[in-house]
Amino acid sequence: MKLRNLAGVAAAIGLSAALTAPTAYAAAADQFFPLLVYRTGAYAPNGVPWANGFLDYMKLVNARGGVNGVKLSWEECETGYATDRGVECYERLKGKQGGATAVQPLSTGITFALTEKAPVDKIPVITAGYGRSESQNGAVFGWNFPLIGTYWMGADVLIQHIAKKEGGFDKLKGKKIALVYHDSPYGKEPIALLQDRAKMHGFELELLPVAHPGVEQKSTWLQIRQHKPDYVFLWGWGVMNSTAIKEAQATGYPREKMYGVWWSGAEPDVKDVGDGAKGYNALAMQHGAEPNSAVVKEVLAKVFAKGQGTGPKEDVGEVLYMRGLISAMLSVEGVRTAQEHFGKGKHITGEQMRWGLEHLDLDQKRLDALGFAGVMRPVKTSCLDHMGSAWARIQTWDGKKWHFTSDWYQGDEKVLRPLVMTVSAKYAQEKHITPRTPEDCKK
Amino acid sequence: MFYRENGQFKTTYQSDQQIFAIPQDRWAILAIVVFAFIGVPLLVDVYLLRAILIPFLILSLAALGVNILVGYCGQITLGAGASMAVGAYAAYNFLIRVSGMPALAAILLGGLVAAAAGIVFGAPSLRVRGLYLAVATLAAQFFWDWAFLRVKWFTNDSSSGSVSVADINLMGWTISTPTDKYLFCLGILVAFSLAAKNLVRGSIGRQWMAIRDMDVAATVIGIRPMYAKLSAFAVSSFYLGVAGALWGFIHLGSWEPAAFSIDRSFQLLFMVIIGGMGAISGSFFGAAFIVILPIFLNQLLPWIGTWFGLDISVALVEHVQLMVFGGLIVFFLIVEPHGIARLWSTGREKLRLWPFPH
Repeated sequence: MKLRNLAGVAAAIGLSAALTAPTAYAAAADQFFPLLVYRTGAYAPNGVPWANGFLDYMKLVNARGGVNGVKLSWEECETGYATDRGVECYERLKGKQGGATAVQPLSTGITFALTEKAPVDKIPVITAGYGRSESQNGAVFGWNFPLIGTYWMGADVLIQHIAKKEGGFDKLKGKKIALVYHDSPYGKEPIALLQDRAKMHGFELELLPVAHPGVEQKSTWLQIRQHKPDYVFLWGWGVMNSTAIKEAQATGYPREKMYGVWWSGAEPDVKDVGDGAKGYNALAMQHGAEPNSAVVKEVLAKVFAKGQGTGPKEDVGEVLYMRGLISAMLSVEGVRTAQEHFGKGKHITGEQMRWGLEHLDLDQKRLDALGFAGVMRPVKTSCLDHMGSAWARIQTWDGKKWHFTSDWYQGDEKVLRPLVMTVSAKYAQEKHITPRTPEDCKK
Repeated sequence: MFYRENGQFKTTYQSDQQIFAIPQDRWAILAIVVFAFIGVPLLVDVYLLRAILIPFLILSLAALGVNILVGYCGQITLGAGASMAVGAYAAYNFLIRVSGMPALAAILLGGLVAAAAGIVFGAPSLRVRGLYLAVATLAAQFFWDWAFLRVKWFTNDSSSGSVSVADINLMGWTISTPTDKYLFCLGILVAFSLAAKNLVRGSIGRQWMAIRDMDVAATVIGIRPMYAKLSAFAVSSFYLGVAGALWGFIHLGSWEPAAFSIDRSFQLLFMVIIGGMGAISGSFFGAAFIVILPIFLNQLLPWIGTWFGLDISVALVEHVQLMVFGGLIVFFLIVEPHGIARLWSTGREKLRLWPFPH
């Protein structure tokens, strides 16, 4: 009986030899990063490439010699996109190996929960391209960093692009825009900005929520077929994205009029649909699929050539892989900036990391040196601006690849800043937070 | 030898009928409770408190609620998560809309609202049984999922749908550190467990068990099925509502409706099945098992992987955990339908005679 059990266990583990992503890597005095990922569940198809990109960049940094000699260490924890498991992972990993340097939850829901806990534990929460849009205001959200993109900025860029297509903001009057969104904090994020813009320009905004996990969209798209909006914005994640495009095809809604957020514009969303997704547009948060970039070539040479690649080689350079890579890069540059202030080659604490992230200044020269030439534009954060950059563009799927089909846009500060300040002020009032002064920020 | 009952004579009915009739049991339970209140906060580290013990306490309370309904009254329910959600959101609304509402009162009122909702959604139990009742309670689960997402009033018109609670005060004692939270949850759990134990030993509990065993015969001898079933739903939903409020206020701090989804209902049902249906201690065994197993597997499987020179990914651990749960449910339902609690009570009976075999 015992031998049979052992044989069974061995067979099970042997069968899983394909899943050989290492979960933990550590050595003494390293910068430790907890990795909250989801490799299972309805959102795994999109979570896995992000996690692989993140891990590969960390390995690349170690292969380059670490940050001024300080190596990086990490440990993965499966959250399944569930808030309570994300909180449990955070609690379990935040104190390990000298303390977490920063945490990236890859889930807006988990971000909401960690926003309460991070200030107490003094660990920065980096939410590059997601999280609470109002957390751009670092005076109130001192420990949240929605670097290089928030949902309000993304929605704003979409409206700008559509206005450009229509021939001016005044031509938006009377148009209908439908927002098909994931019924979660993530999907609800852009609504505030879109409602503001709808009031400003006179277009009609139709809100169509889709319940988790997002496979039930038949009624949503029948409604769209009835109402015939001029544009459909897609704020989905995981399986919801490909389902939306398939339903659009089934109901005959032109994919050219669909615009997804940057989390709805990646290969897993469109590959299954193939030609049916031709013409589908999505936001590109600065980067798209960048298989020809210098950093990808370096990853292939220094990490994959040594057999240390985390995921399949074909995924390297894809949209979500690049996003994970860039998220890791921003973390590492935060460490480097902190080291330049507090001492090169030193171990950086959470508070020092916060300083580093708040004083990030990645100019084009630095980004090119890191291998992101042509991929990223300069990022400069400050106390009042934890986003650092408001650049985005539109990319389109042609059936086989993503192509950039627009110029660079910038989120309109005149519209975004008042909204960020109002909502963050409301949060500060609710939670009895005194906004930080410029003197506090310098520390 | 441990249960040397020589010389223990009961001289009053009260001493014979009390919960822990054997002095050894009473002392053991007292020692456990004292250790839980005093020893645990001093000995364990913050991670253990926050990530394991507090969820264990809150889920034990929830499992108690489900056990009352499923184990004692025999009414299968897949809507336990919804009752927790109702309790959490009701408590939240009481807390923020009524100025000066103490947190404990808000939590208890949340439980009462959940009880009322439980009575309404327990009405199908008067007409259908078994699988059909499970489906009816599933409808309750999805209804409340939808309600808390769509009806903005419940979430205080929050644009993200996420609500949060800070600063819980209990008569001047601010509950902020993990130790405070642990002691608060432990106090509530001890009080509620005592209440549950006494309920199931009393007349109402016997009515529940009669309905569970043979509801037609129970009706024939004069037990009112409506009263028994709806009271089971009410009490169960009250416990679940309080547990839900604690889950949201104490453990999560900030939550959205997905925290109380169908997965939570399944998890509670698994706790009760594995732990032991129809036994108060079964709720605790089941909750401990379900809270600790994923963390245990997370540490164990990579270690086993090193024997074979393989790296076990987090995805594999997740999948193995699901397989282990499924396998255990099947195992327990076939081999020991009364769960770990029955294993424990059999062991205890043998201990009472040890070292004698019979």
